[in-house]
Amino acid sequence: MTEIIVVTSGKGGVGKTTTSASLATGLAKRGMRVAVIDFDIGLRNLDLVMGCERRVVYDFVNVIQGDCTLKQALIKDKRHDMLHVLAASQTRDKDALTKDGVQRVLDELAADGFSHVVCDSPAGIEKGAHLAMYFADRAVVVVNPEVSSVRDSDRILGLLASKTRRAENGTEVKTQLLLTRYNAKRVAAGEMMSVEDVQEILGIDVLGVIPESGDVLAASNAGVPVILQPDSDAALAYDDAVARLTGENVPLRFTEPPKRGLLQRLFGAD
Amino acid sequence: MGIFDFLKSRNRGTASVAKERLRIIVQQERSARDAPDYLPTLKRELLEVIRKYVNVDPEAVNVQLEREDGHEVLELSVALPGR
Repeated sequence: MTEIIVVTSGKGGVGKTTTSASLATGLAKRGMRVAVIDFDIGLRNLDLVMGCERRVVYDFVNVIQGDCTLKQALIKDKRHDMLHVLAASQTRDKDALTKDGVQRVLDELAADGFSHVVCDSPAGIEKGAHLAMYFADRAVVVVNPEVSSVRDSDRILGLLASKTRRAENGTEVKTQLLLTRYNAKRVAAGEMMSVEDVQEILGIDVLGVIPESGDVLAASNAGVPVILQPDSDAALAYDDAVARLTGENVPLRFTEPPKRGLLQRLFGAD
Repeated sequence: MGIFDFLKSRNRGTASVAKERLRIIVQQERSARDAPDYLPTLKRELLEVIRKYVNVDPEAVNVQLEREDGHEVLELSVALPGR
């Protein structure tokens, strides 16, 4: 069985592509055969985050329109043999993506023995976002602990519960939250909503909490998924999320501010 | 907390404000989203009937559908004008 996972959010800039790249890489590291697909037609970016932008010859739309085979368009990751990237097209024609076309590609990946397909959704609630989630078996809703992101996530939860193949068939898309840019220190100071707050408002389980970290920018600068950064809390947090995706029971980390020494505490130094 | 932290404590507590605002708006948007399509028409027609007898303001009619474990409750409240 192939599991189709959509990484979505509604709001832009919350970390969907960073998350797609890291979850896909993490699954491949664990021996799964993974394809990660960029659904952001016209604004291709997953290739940059994965570091394979110079190897894009054919894209998702080329496959759908029959300009090439799926095999020709899949880019094998340099670091993991089991991981393949399907880039978004840079066409301005948003209608290039069709439901039938997407289904054909997903069916072919399943027939080819891929265990996981990660669909990196575009922002918004338009066609691209709809098609990215339509065939999903499970969803990772990326959310920042911030008002507009949480509200938009709730819109997406509504769509996942009504506008997907599973919803139409009377089953559910297994949906979990992934909090990114989490600043435990600000949460402790009452300046940022906590995991529990966001979970309570939206009423769904948490797949992971990724601490705010400079490593995320460093990783995207270098074209290496952040999960591969050594000595990085963000990498460890993503690795935990991947473990939970595969059914392991791992406690949340990095949700408490780091302990400080007596002098630091006395003077409130950072 | 450091002993000088009171100097920079002006931003305290905004997280709870965010949570409370979100709780309300999310609940409101969810009930609008889950409401059946006929609800706006139902509300308009009810208002027309009521207006045959009492001259109420359109804002005075409040129709809400609530889910309580297993069954739905359609709640209708009309604020009548004072005499």
